[in-house]
Amino acid sequence: MKVKIIVNGYKKVYDVAPDEYLLDTLRADNFYSIKRGCDNSSCGVCTVLLDGKAVQSCTLLSVKADGHEITTIEGYQEEAKKLSEHFGHQGADQCGYCNSSLALTVHAMKTEIKNPTNEDIKEYLVGNLCRCTGYEAQHRAIKLCLEDEE
Amino acid sequence: MEIVNYFKAKTIEEAYQKLNEDPSNLIIGGGAWLRLSSKIVNTAIDLEHVGLNQIKETKNSIEIDAYVTLREVEKNEALANLFSSIINKGISGIMGVALRNLVTVGGSIFGKYSFSDFITPLLAVNTEVEMYKAGRMALEDFLKLRTREKDILLKIIIKKEKVLGYYYKMKKTGLDFAVINVGVTKTNGYYKIVVGARPSLAAYATSAMEYINNQKVITPKVIEDTAQIVVEELKFGTNSKASKEYRIELTKVYVKRGLKEVTK
Repeated sequence: MKVKIIVNGYKKVYDVAPDEYLLDTLRADNFYSIKRGCDNSSCGVCTVLLDGKAVQSCTLLSVKADGHEITTIEGYQEEAKKLSEHFGHQGADQCGYCNSSLALTVHAMKTEIKNPTNEDIKEYLVGNLCRCTGYEAQHRAIKLCLEDEE
Repeated sequence: MEIVNYFKAKTIEEAYQKLNEDPSNLIIGGGAWLRLSSKIVNTAIDLEHVGLNQIKETKNSIEIDAYVTLREVEKNEALANLFSSIINKGISGIMGVALRNLVTVGGSIFGKYSFSDFITPLLAVNTEVEMYKAGRMALEDFLKLRTREKDILLKIIIKKEKVLGYYYKMKKTGLDFAVINVGVTKTNGYYKIVVGARPSLAAYATSAMEYINNQKVITPKVIEDTAQIVVEELKFGTNSKASKEYRIELTKVYVKRGLKEVTK
């Protein structure tokens, strides 16, 4: 099946199987920032933005993305840079496997919630698992990044 | 799940015709639990373009279309201000935001998932479902349906009432399925008790409800007795999450807490 998806602002046409997941489609197109983790909707490392909302690409069928906009970290590099610096300063960077999904989720959170509280941040990021369990440092970095932007 | 063909319907009638063309055809919701199934589906039917994506508040009810996502329901202000927020609480405990942005109301209910954290609070308030062919019916009746007739869930209708509510999902880790979930409500003096993930599908504790609703005064003894009736009448089981005995003990605790909460 042919599907038309706008990825990071570029129109793309993919030939996909009806039961193909977006994670596989995008990785086959060299978007390696999207990681494969649990592959069962649990860990969140495959997160991308679908029309600005965080979704798990391991769970979203590619046909469902037809006609929609997808953003990966490649399309969000400038803003992610700021968060990345805070991650470095706070020691939140460990293996880095979850970083891109986390940055996209933080972006979605900022769009959805004005001035998120500590509780909002924790609740919003509960689906993004860090295999190095660096949650405290990540939380500090995100808070500081949000404060910088105010 | 293996899907051979994918069909994006433009109207509900078109979706219904396609659904009944082949016994293995099915309506696809958000697709969150497709990996849990090993079924082979001839045609998966998508309802994105049939116009089932609104939450409508009327004078007496809140109507939620089948293609609305759980995140949209969770963020709905009208629902957050009703029923002691038990519906929003139930949804917010389901995995992470990124999954709730995909999961649809229709998929969550039509699947009749035994682990559902959405069905339990919906049963605890006054909820009806509207089917394309079968029309309106109480959610409880829909859950009991064993018909082979294929139909499409259009929306759910939640009656706006002054409800005092309690909902609790016991889970082992933040993103886990429920070990047990309990909903207790009091609406115009009438108590409802629902227990889900036992591990079977959520159900009313009808004898316990009858008992407590016949009491003139709700004393600690009445609450204790009600909780005991709940665990005697409902069927509990063992699975990888918890043993039957553990679920029974947890249920007693959360039913008591719920009743205390709504009788404050």
